[in-house]
Amino acid sequence: MFSYFAKHADMLLGAFAEHLLIVFETLFLSVILAAVISYFLLKSEKATNMVIQIFSAVYSIPSMALFAMLIPLLGLGNATAIPVLVAYNQYLLIRNIMSGMQQVDKSMLEAGTGMGMSHWQLVTRVQLPLAMPSIVAGIRLSIVSTTGIAVIAASINAGGLGKILLSGLRTMNVNKILWGTILSVIIALIADVGLRQLEKRIRR
Amino acid sequence: MTAVELKNVNKQFPGMSYKALDNVSVTIEEGEFITILGSSGCGKTTLIKTINRLYEPDSGDIFLYGKNIRDTNPVELRRSIGYVIQQIGLFPHMTVRDNIATIPKLLKWDKAKTDEQVDRLLSLVQLDPAEFRNRYPSQLSGGQQQRIGLARALIADPKVMLLDEPFGAIDAINREKLQNELKKIHAESHKTYLFVTHDIREAFKLGTKIIIMNQGKILQYATAQEIICKPADRFVKELIQTTTDVSKDYVSGGEGI
Repeated sequence: MFSYFAKHADMLLGAFAEHLLIVFETLFLSVILAAVISYFLLKSEKATNMVIQIFSAVYSIPSMALFAMLIPLLGLGNATAIPVLVAYNQYLLIRNIMSGMQQVDKSMLEAGTGMGMSHWQLVTRVQLPLAMPSIVAGIRLSIVSTTGIAVIAASINAGGLGKILLSGLRTMNVNKILWGTILSVIIALIADVGLRQLEKRIRR
Repeated sequence: MTAVELKNVNKQFPGMSYKALDNVSVTIEEGEFITILGSSGCGKTTLIKTINRLYEPDSGDIFLYGKNIRDTNPVELRRSIGYVIQQIGLFPHMTVRDNIATIPKLLKWDKAKTDEQVDRLLSLVQLDPAEFRNRYPSQLSGGQQQRIGLARALIADPKVMLLDEPFGAIDAINREKLQNELKKIHAESHKTYLFVTHDIREAFKLGTKIIIMNQGKILQYATAQEIICKPADRFVKELIQTTTDVSKDYVSGGEGI
């Protein structure tokens, strides 16, 4: 098994790097999109619930189906894979961002407003820091979820560890299956442990 | 000089059978300590929240030092008015120093001036700056937290202070102390205070003049003695009678403040 790794290190690490890149790109775009959507949702609890419900419905669609639906529009490869992964993340991120923001005590918002904070200052100086633990928890979840779903994305030619796994399945190559699995678990684990540390530091 | 003036101010909240403010007109002179007394739902909190535009009245005008507050940007207006609430609302992720420095940060004071003022305010509210500066709100008692709340509202030296039942959730002994200190701070500052309370003793003890409200209307606006001697109507009369020791203090010579 280790000799297999030594022999095919280039291919395995290449796929690992590709996978990391997909996860990273997805995360970057997801967080920006979720932040923008959340900012506009701050003023209306009704709209928040509606948007979260829509994204939870999206989240429940099997990834294969969603990929298949988008291929005619966006084609094969990352062009389809990343938008789908970003869409899945919105549920995890927006739900956590909004619940963090809504849990901030109303009296602090009143005190802040009453002292002359603008809406933006209230959000960035009071709500956001207090919601941070919940937001980081959402990011942690979304990394783990993206790592998993990105494996499936290999079936529409998006590359990454899924490529190794799928070809391993096709040719019944146990080494490929094992290494594909181990490496994707490593990504999820690193992200999980790293962000847990970050969460602890934020909570102090 | 007139500090605050309300002219025919009306405010009705949806789903309420009577107005929270029913054609309220009142003139408050600079340097007064006005207590606003009434039971919950009488409009007393609404009254002060229209002054810093947390609520916008349905009709009527409010003037601050002769200037219609409608013509002032609400954010800037609020930075010039001190505001203290019962729930205190300290920011738990900030130290005592940073909490008190909230408005200085908004006004972009330099660090040296901010630090100097934070220490001055801590001393003013009887907390040792060296000991408390770097603490977090969770490490303070309720009484200490409200002292920080007061310091935070006082730091930019506002001409008008709005206090919404600031001592409502504080135990009796500390409340007494805080009342005495606030009275002293006010006496030395020549600023105008508007203090909402439902505690008759507190209202009579602190107020240079008292506004008594019921169902959105001001029933009487007078000094403690005038209210005791000449209650405006039956509601006021009954209200005073519920606390006999208050009336005794004032009828027998006006001592006891």
